[in-house]
Amino acid sequence: MEKFIKHTGSALPLRRSNVDTDQIIPAVYLKRITKNGFEDGLFAAWRNDPAFELNQPQYKSATVLVVGPDFGTGSSREHAVWALQNYGFKVVLSSRFADIFRGNSQKMGLLTVILPQDEIEKIWKKVESAPDTKITVDLEAKTVSYDTASIAFSHR
Amino acid sequence: MGKTLAEKIWTEHIVSSKAGEPDLLYIDLHLIHEVTSPQAFDGLRLANRKVRRPELTIATEDHNVPTLNIDKPIADPVSKLQVDTLRKNCAEFGVRLHSLGDVEQGIVHVVGPQLGITQPGMTIVCGDSHTSTHGAFGALAFGIGTSEVEHVLATQTLPLLRPKTMAINVEGTLKPGVTSKDIILAVIAKIGTGGGQGYILEYRGSAIRALSMEARMTICNMSIEAGARAGLIAPDQTTFDYVKTKPHAPAGADWDAALTYWKTLSTDADAKFDKEINLNADELAPFVTWGTNPGQGLPLSGSVPNPADLSNAEDRGAAERALEYMDLKPGTPLKSIKVDTVFLGSCTNGRIEDLRSAADILKGKKIASTLRLLVVPGSARVRLQAEAEGLDKVFLDAGAEWRSAGCSMCLGMNPDQLKPGERAASTSNRNFEGRQGKGGRTHLVSPLVAAATAIKGTLASPADL
Repeated sequence: MEKFIKHTGSALPLRRSNVDTDQIIPAVYLKRITKNGFEDGLFAAWRNDPAFELNQPQYKSATVLVVGPDFGTGSSREHAVWALQNYGFKVVLSSRFADIFRGNSQKMGLLTVILPQDEIEKIWKKVESAPDTKITVDLEAKTVSYDTASIAFSHR
Repeated sequence: MGKTLAEKIWTEHIVSSKAGEPDLLYIDLHLIHEVTSPQAFDGLRLANRKVRRPELTIATEDHNVPTLNIDKPIADPVSKLQVDTLRKNCAEFGVRLHSLGDVEQGIVHVVGPQLGITQPGMTIVCGDSHTSTHGAFGALAFGIGTSEVEHVLATQTLPLLRPKTMAINVEGTLKPGVTSKDIILAVIAKIGTGGGQGYILEYRGSAIRALSMEARMTICNMSIEAGARAGLIAPDQTTFDYVKTKPHAPAGADWDAALTYWKTLSTDADAKFDKEINLNADELAPFVTWGTNPGQGLPLSGSVPNPADLSNAEDRGAAERALEYMDLKPGTPLKSIKVDTVFLGSCTNGRIEDLRSAADILKGKKIASTLRLLVVPGSARVRLQAEAEGLDKVFLDAGAEWRSAGCSMCLGMNPDQLKPGERAASTSNRNFEGRQGKGGRTHLVSPLVAAATAIKGTLASPADL
């Protein structure tokens, strides 16, 4: 597991709720017997759409995924976590995570931070208007900060 | 104050408990399949560890396996490698495996109960979210990720934060044509796909008590679709009678001792749930999903909703996206929706009672010429039982395909998949985008609705025939 203390990076705003594990990585990609190489399956069904946020150049180097509620619902596949990490994501911010997905993330060192939906909205707006905004997630201080904002979170 | 059933089982299994830390729970049964285990076995090898309790671990092949020509090697080389890896790992670590072709092979959540290794009061885990199925026996059963699979293989324990408890009270009597699948679809539509997050659900009330074991499994199976890792039902005479006939049921004095313990497994009268939800069984009707998450469901007599009518912005956005994906227009009567494929099977509805109830509707009838009906038994035993009862004949005479056991079209990991744009009425558990094959569209239904839809060609209940 990768140790997580503090991370600063740009964000990918994904205005979708109920992004289930079949969207994060479809079953057809689960046939591998290793824990790496899953980045090609990440959000596979949406990857051919040029309008999909992951394909937009301004979000190319994003390492913080900011997504709608009920992220990771569905299957227990840890491959969903591996795919996000293999692609380069370090943190996911959402107002609600599915229990199994969140547990799997914690086992692998992908930090899942629960923030109130209105804070998620603010981050979406900020990042959409200024995609190079840097977001710092500090696990020891339990804060998410950008610009002058600093939001406290609980670790459970 | 008394304890809920979930709290009783939890407490019985605590190995170690410290304030502010997860409890360490003992695991009584660990079920394994080919998809979520290879990396876990690799982890054991890297750390030079053994499987701590191989006799409490059992494996089967289900997600990748074809349901046709099972006597031939698996054609897809990547699927074959994953299945071969499971065989190699089970041989190396001494884990009992039921391979394709074995009479005990089948979907992991069908195999456990039919062998009688699923028993009341147990903690049961598997690297599969539908492990909640086993909760129907009054067991604490939940899905885990691959890291946790490795932890359980190595230690037979799992560190877990204690969830809250939620009672789902279903009182009354189901009308004819309404099944336990309709109960759970109605529950999910009511509380949403995140409603059960952080909870263990306990299904209670007269309508639940009246259900058979297999109908109870259907309900507990879809607890995860309501966001809950586990859902359970207190064991009663129905449970005891079911377990008693199974090969691994305790016998003699062991049975008497087990029964005495199992009879203590119910929520105390003065116990308090963190949350309670009430549903009236008298008012339930056959249910069907119209969208791309299991909470987007309605009674079959309804119409496709208009996203503009939804007050919550998240729900509205999700509904708009769902209708676009599903290619449906607001206001369309659900019963007018034509389907291309009907899938009867899965760990939700692939048991003998499910096949019997569908066969009752299909007997002497033909399926619509515009669709295909896939009937896939949940296990090789279910297939044999169905054939002994002549159900295969009923399905074949109606024009259906009669397949071998596996997860099949529930998920796009094996040859049974929807084509892009194809629409299915499916007795499985997830209507996610692309779940049954890239671009495929899924309406979740009960076996009765599946059978009636196969005859009619459009979404229908037996009453519409």
